[in-house]
Amino acid sequence: MTTVETRLTEFTDNNEKPVGYGRMLRKEDPRLIRGQGNFVDDVNLPGMLHLAILRSPMAHARIKSIDTTAAAALEGVVAIVTGADLAEKGLAWMPTLSNDVQAVLATDKVRFQGQEVAFAIAKSRYIARDAIELINVDYEILPPVVDVRKALDPDAALIRDDLKDKTNNHCFDWETGDAAATQAVFDKADVVVTQEIIYPRVHPAPMETCGAVALFDAVEGQLTLWSTTQAPHAHRTVYALVSGLPEHKIRIIAPDIGGGFGNKVPIYPGYVCAIVAALVTGKPVKWMEDRSENLVSTGFARDYIMNGEIAATKDGKILAVRTHVLADHGAFNGTAAPIKYPAGFFGVFTGSYDLEAAYCSMTAVYTNKAPGGVAYACSFRITEAVYLIERMVDCLAYDLKMDPVELRLKNFIKPEQFPYTTKTGWVYDSGEYERGMRLAMELAGYDELRKEQEEKRSRGELMGIGVSFFTEAVGAGPRKDMDILGLGMADGCELRIHPTGKAVLRLSVKSQGQGHETTFAQIVAEEIGIPPSDIQVLEGDTDNTPFGLGTYGSRSTPVSGAAAALVARKVRDKAQIIASGMLEVSVADLEWEKGSFHVKGDPSKSVTIQEIAFKSYGAGDLPEGVEGGLEAQICYNPSNLTYPFGAYICVVDIDPGTAVVKVRRFIAVDDCGTRINEMIIEGQVHGGLADGVGMALMEMIAFDEDGNCLGASLMDYLIPTALEVPDWETGHTVTPSPHHPIGAKGIGESATVGSPPAIVNAVVDALKPFGIRHADMPLTPSRVWETMQGRHVPSI
Amino acid sequence: MKVSMKVNGNQVDEEIEDRTLLVHFLRDQLLLRGTHWGCDTSNCGTCVVWMDGEPVKSCTVLAAMADGHDVRTVEGLEQDGQLDPVQQGFMECHGLQCGFCTPGMMMTARALLDRNPDPSEEEIREAISGQICRCTGYATIVRSIRWAAVHEASTKQGSNS
Repeated sequence: MTTVETRLTEFTDNNEKPVGYGRMLRKEDPRLIRGQGNFVDDVNLPGMLHLAILRSPMAHARIKSIDTTAAAALEGVVAIVTGADLAEKGLAWMPTLSNDVQAVLATDKVRFQGQEVAFAIAKSRYIARDAIELINVDYEILPPVVDVRKALDPDAALIRDDLKDKTNNHCFDWETGDAAATQAVFDKADVVVTQEIIYPRVHPAPMETCGAVALFDAVEGQLTLWSTTQAPHAHRTVYALVSGLPEHKIRIIAPDIGGGFGNKVPIYPGYVCAIVAALVTGKPVKWMEDRSENLVSTGFARDYIMNGEIAATKDGKILAVRTHVLADHGAFNGTAAPIKYPAGFFGVFTGSYDLEAAYCSMTAVYTNKAPGGVAYACSFRITEAVYLIERMVDCLAYDLKMDPVELRLKNFIKPEQFPYTTKTGWVYDSGEYERGMRLAMELAGYDELRKEQEEKRSRGELMGIGVSFFTEAVGAGPRKDMDILGLGMADGCELRIHPTGKAVLRLSVKSQGQGHETTFAQIVAEEIGIPPSDIQVLEGDTDNTPFGLGTYGSRSTPVSGAAAALVARKVRDKAQIIASGMLEVSVADLEWEKGSFHVKGDPSKSVTIQEIAFKSYGAGDLPEGVEGGLEAQICYNPSNLTYPFGAYICVVDIDPGTAVVKVRRFIAVDDCGTRINEMIIEGQVHGGLADGVGMALMEMIAFDEDGNCLGASLMDYLIPTALEVPDWETGHTVTPSPHHPIGAKGIGESATVGSPPAIVNAVVDALKPFGIRHADMPLTPSRVWETMQGRHVPSI
Repeated sequence: MKVSMKVNGNQVDEEIEDRTLLVHFLRDQLLLRGTHWGCDTSNCGTCVVWMDGEPVKSCTVLAAMADGHDVRTVEGLEQDGQLDPVQQGFMECHGLQCGFCTPGMMMTARALLDRNPDPSEEEIREAISGQICRCTGYATIVRSIRWAAVHEASTKQGSNS
């Protein structure tokens, strides 16, 4: 991290970037730093109309009537559309990504505050807003179900009376592991620690809100949708299934995306409304939600109440983990996860430890809150799983009076145990956990920190050191197990080398800031020997890229990254045959050196990839059986997920007078296997660490007893600024994935997953003198203060 | 109503609806789309532009209030085909990922460096604390602005010697 200071006045020339991995400036930056990005709200089409959505002020209410007369009469208004209008077209409801249904516009009743009720189409953004103010909805207020613990009470109001035969608010049950075997281990354990752990509802809140521009060409029957989507191809298929439009007449364009973090995976009613509006008016229509709409209605994350139990011997050998989870899924189950995994990948709650048994049972319920359930860089619920195990391990350390690092080191899965099958059936591909943990301790100066803490404690100062160690499971996924709404999670990829040796790579994934245009060019450059500056990466346009499931769950590098490497190898194999013809030797007599083939033993006889490319399209015969051109397309089906891991150490100071937590230092050691561009990797880690500070200390979507969302603006939903986060200290180890073609693992969400427990563990550690073993996030000053009250207050 | 102002050095005379916010005037009427709209409540700072050299949040400034004033946006940072050192710094130090907060961050950074050519890390953090970035965790933004400061200093030194 100090390398930047030494090269402060140097300019980097990307054209000098040789083939291969390593630091390279991003290819997307020149347009973005000039204000020349192209985000959805930047799309302006001739004659474009604007759409605004009227949302429910109530959490649970029956719609008695909707009067649109005044709104429709407003000058500049083109149309007002209600749920009844959509119902006539069979479009009032749509499927969610979890095989539930969700109202596009409410027809019968509203089920959460902020739910879509009607929309206005008008000539300007402002008039559309004026119009929805004039729509008069008569509601009959129903009792809201807000407290998740009371959702299954016999007298709880029924939320989903739209579902046939539904009599309560039960959403689903799920379990994993072996209940009986786990009970047997718990029975024999010396020590059992139990702790209720709450992961509150939080929101990804990307800086760009969600929106779309819909254009329908009635003559061609062609729909084009510019949309804030992380998964353009999957969206296209769902729109085809919902709308009845043929899929070849639907084109989804995801231009520059201003951050996603999972928020832009689901299909929201607003997108469907924009499509309907374009169909109804015959004009292009733009819908951009405002920040409040984004926070109250789009995909939230977490909202798990986890009862954790951990069993161990008295000298600290962890034997088993067990948990029951109460999951709040809001009014509709909008979880975006592989369909066989209703709790995402929560099954990795066994963490990085070699256990004898594990078991989890889960009850998911409906409440009168916004739908969603997986978002915010969580790798499909691995944030919750890692938080549970890493808090439980610290609770165990507290009870055993052991150092939390020592306890972890004692229980890690050993390098020689990989591939390691967990007690819940996950096959961890590779890992060297102790090495990462020891590096983090070294970077942190762990022993000195403990000494400093001891000294400060003797003076009544509150300093905490928190540790977490996580294993992620990313890169969904093998299609035998994983699909979303029946779409297997494999990714297509196409590479075209042009006659002059310049290349275009077409991807199914879609960057929201991760730097795909750069990283993927480097992957291909490494394989085919063409400089990354000569490789154009295209994505986010379903008409011009092969099918694939999109970017979320840190899957781009594990899945599409593998596809890019393999498609480049396929092209190289063809290039080798053409080279054999050019050099008049057999294929077996050629050797590849980055960028050219030469005759074995005679490097002077060689042809470059650029020369081969020209030959492939050029005059004269090619070797027998070889078609002209130098292009290939593949579809990569991963054989397993990849399992990145990391060791994090956080140092906090708490003001004993105000209970304000200051994150003084944060040391993050990550292992994502082979590293493609360390600058981008470090950036991914930094961003996730700041997310962790937000979740641990500030962020929460809370509701009052009437179901009003209390986090409906950025004045109420607090996101860290530069003042709340430290300068990050990062390190890394490299343990390649054995099954990934270039050994890479995902990195996009590691820090979001790994950092909250490190921070909470640090705060709890600081509060040890008060006899505190656990406190729930977000650890705001008032919460920390309350936690401190009624306990032994150290002398200051 | 009619408004007249300078935008990035160019005289602009436009007819607007009275209530038009500056951010929408810049984006939708002048088609300067580098300035972004992120929160409505002056919290996120993706809409920061300059008015008479001062950074303002253009989502809470009426276009009418800019009448007769001098506005500068991200599109005005690059001069005569030369990137501003702040822009260069953001590229060199990975100060951006999705790029949505970047224009606002860079406008604040430029204003800071004009007042304080050698800001400390703490001063930089304070200066950008009215703005939110969800991608970078801020450290690389701080480094980007330091890069610009050091580079500007060395360029000036070079031209003096």
